[in-house]
Amino acid sequence: MFLLCFMKSDYLPILLQVLVAIGFACSALLVSLLLGKATRRNATKDTAYECGMIADEGPQPRFSVKFYLVAMLFILFDLEIVFMYPWAVIYKDAILEYGASIFWSMFSFVGILTLGYVYAVKKGALDWKS
Amino acid sequence: MDFLNDIPWMLIAASIAKTLFLIFGVVLPIVSYTVYAERRVSALIQDRLGPNRTGFPISLFGFEKDLQLFLGGLGQPIADAVKFLLKEEFTPAHVNKFYFWLAPVLAMVPALSTLAVLPFGNYLFGQKMVVADVNVGILYVFAIASIGVYGIVLAGWSSNSKYPFLGSIRASSQMISYELSLGLSAVPVLLIIGNLNLSQAIQYQIENGWLLLPFTDGNLTLRELLLWIPVLISFIIFTISMFAETNRLPFDLPESETELVAGYHTEYSAMKFALFFLGEYAAMIAGSSVIVVLFLGGWHIPFLPINTLESSTTPAGIALGFLHITAFFAKVVGILLFFIWVRWTLPRFRFDQLMKLGWLYLFEIALVNIFITAAILALVK
Repeated sequence: MFLLCFMKSDYLPILLQVLVAIGFACSALLVSLLLGKATRRNATKDTAYECGMIADEGPQPRFSVKFYLVAMLFILFDLEIVFMYPWAVIYKDAILEYGASIFWSMFSFVGILTLGYVYAVKKGALDWKS
Repeated sequence: MDFLNDIPWMLIAASIAKTLFLIFGVVLPIVSYTVYAERRVSALIQDRLGPNRTGFPISLFGFEKDLQLFLGGLGQPIADAVKFLLKEEFTPAHVNKFYFWLAPVLAMVPALSTLAVLPFGNYLFGQKMVVADVNVGILYVFAIASIGVYGIVLAGWSSNSKYPFLGSIRASSQMISYELSLGLSAVPVLLIIGNLNLSQAIQYQIENGWLLLPFTDGNLTLRELLLWIPVLISFIIFTISMFAETNRLPFDLPESETELVAGYHTEYSAMKFALFFLGEYAAMIAGSSVIVVLFLGGWHIPFLPINTLESSTTPAGIALGFLHITAFFAKVVGILLFFIWVRWTLPRFRFDQLMKLGWLYLFEIALVNIFITAAILALVK
């Protein structure tokens, strides 16, 4: 029953398109695996790439903690954007019906988040030079 | 066996036909010829010739010479595809095998899947030329496009190698940073159109003129003229973010050859590498299509009649339907050529400059731009 409901929905074509895309990618890899010339392996070929030298460090080097910060800030502000979409869609009708309150409500919401943004900038969270 | 009759077979058949036409009939040929165009245009810019020799291999069938059309070298994409299929499919011993093989698939599939909601034409043979006309259109595009970052992160992580790893953490932070300005710069457009559905976005632009060229409906009001300013800002931010999302120069830090060898796909070869390559170009096409739909009127041709569902089976309607599809992809190709032109003109950013541009400038301008649009919509009737 659930399956039938899904089949009649608008999203079925999307599922089909995703399946076609997966099918294309997998079959391309499979054909290449079957037709590709197989050669011998040797120890040098199996080492990780390192500009013609033997790698002296581990494969996954240490990296800046800034990348984690960016990821966390992204989650914060991406949620803000998601909240803006429904607001943007109803804005034109709502402003005629209810007046400017819809403008100021979003303005204050973004204002509060902007405080957090200013704090992050002042703390140097986005300063990659230091 | 009652439920077999309930399954909408006609709908399934029609949508599979549209999907196959879109992916194999239009997008993949455009992808391969964009690669060719990239090489020819870069050669033009750098005063070289580029690949101009490979023809269509009819000499295999007993003809004396290979077939050369127009420019020369048009057989190059076919030769490249065959070469990718015949190269050794090598998986190094030090990689994490499952994710190593999963990554190229994950780079390709989202790029092709985003195309499902993009209306690439009006009616043809009584069918609407969009695979899935869903009412969350633009949200779906952003949601699926952001899955593309997993392919790159997994490629770098599973390679267990230094350069791919550095390339992939750069790529992930770059792509999520520019997703913010990408998402924000679409909001003014949604404010003006008032709908997430992409077919409705085109319908609005048919009635009121393209957002970027508001005179295409034949008249220009003060409101349209004032809204044109935030739309232009939006368009510029959207295009810049699209460059960063698809890792194109001047934002190609994830694979900057001079520092990171080849970035996240250093350890890849043969078709696995080709899927990353094709996926990048498919993502470019998807991005250009979104730009065309949101700002340049989609498949609409100004001052030309539009066919309807009823007339789309008559000869004139069919001709018009094909004309609309051609117009859509002509606009997409125009933007792709712009992508190529920029790539071979500008130098690469430094990583701190990239982050500063995304977080401090584009993010703030896009945010202010939203409220300018909202104020104009509220004040100017």
